[in-house]
Amino acid sequence: MRVTQGTFSFLPELTDAQIAAQVQYCIDNGWAVNIEFTDDPHPRNTFWEMWELPLFDAKDAAGVMLELDACRKAYGDRYIRISAFDASHGWESVRLSFIVNRPDEEPGFLLERQEIAGRAMRYTLRHRSATI
Amino acid sequence: MDGATAEPVADQGPPPVAVDLQAEFEATGVAGILREFDQDLIGLGPVKRRVRETATLLLVERARRRMGLAHETPTLHMSFTGNPGTGKTTVALRMAELLHRLGYVRRGHLVAVTRDDLVGQYIGHTAPKTKEVLKRAMGGVLFIDEAYYLYRPENERDYGQEAIEILLQVMENRRDDLVVILAGYGPRMDRFFESNPGFRSRIAHHIDFPDYGDDELLAIAERMLERQNYHLDPGAREALARYVGLRRTQPHFANARSIRNALDRARLRQANRLFETASGPLGATELSTISAEDILASRVFAQGAEGARSAIGDQP
Repeated sequence: MRVTQGTFSFLPELTDAQIAAQVQYCIDNGWAVNIEFTDDPHPRNTFWEMWELPLFDAKDAAGVMLELDACRKAYGDRYIRISAFDASHGWESVRLSFIVNRPDEEPGFLLERQEIAGRAMRYTLRHRSATI
Repeated sequence: MDGATAEPVADQGPPPVAVDLQAEFEATGVAGILREFDQDLIGLGPVKRRVRETATLLLVERARRRMGLAHETPTLHMSFTGNPGTGKTTVALRMAELLHRLGYVRRGHLVAVTRDDLVGQYIGHTAPKTKEVLKRAMGGVLFIDEAYYLYRPENERDYGQEAIEILLQVMENRRDDLVVILAGYGPRMDRFFESNPGFRSRIAHHIDFPDYGDDELLAIAERMLERQNYHLDPGAREALARYVGLRRTQPHFANARSIRNALDRARLRQANRLFETASGPLGATELSTISAEDILASRVFAQGAEGARSAIGDQP
């Protein structure tokens, strides 16, 4: 099941040229670009693991693409997203975030039922690739 | 990823049938930069000629590319050799601007680094450091000052070698994204290239920076003072001319940089002189005039004869 979260997620996969163009747009706006990866793309999981530090002083998308290639080489079997942070308010806030890499097969979510008092049911969603 | 990030020349519709190089020369702003370059920098005749030649080559290459006659990015990595203070960094800045106007680098910023920025202090520290710098320089020009320090043959476990390998790889694979300029003093750079043949073969343009002549240094001094709204009175000009001649014979002479330092010290002396001798209000003329005594107080005149003798031995 295709995970749809972040910007562009209902579009076909972005090509590298399109990703670079988006990254350049972020850099031109003065946003810091960050690469993150995870095996648990649950929509409530906001804390993805960081790939190195955000690229605060990159002037050109090529530098980010270099890091993205390195991240894909190491974690090509996971979800990777690019986020852009705007610090103009005095704190970093996400302006743009989109998935740039997904596993070849996306196993989708698992619905877990839990029976509680009075035979009531509780439901929880868990991504099948999550290791926890 | 080359599609969208390629330079703007690539996607300008059908290839033109004819190209007017002169018009192109003006339209890209290259003419303007070269004109500025000629006016702003004193001396450096051979360098200006080489830069102009390089710019022309790139302009023609660009036209050929638009007509579909050439496809590969030419090798643009350069080496600047010359004594200290001969304007290598200044020219590198102009070069970055020039390459940007011609569309060979996308951003045209210059990242100036030395060995310390590239080489780490312990195992595993060098690669991330070098990559960090490369990432910063992507889309612009990476200027490595005193590049020969990267290679230290006397220590076989030196981490500089690691930085060199990463640099070489990027210089080869990322020619579209980055131009590297290596700079340093002539003879040591020659030795550096001899022991690192990989660099020699990847660098297309070698530009040699000559030393400035005495009158050129004097002209530079006047230009520097003019920019700070100072001027020399006739006596000071004569003293400075003598200073330049003497300073050259002394050790650690660094061309324009020595002159800049001398002027800074002269301004210091002028300020002290004004403070100590002034009895009433001072006008703009007094505040911006450097007189002979400000320059003649330099230790260069005191050591003149002695320095000329010892300079032969300890010139680096």
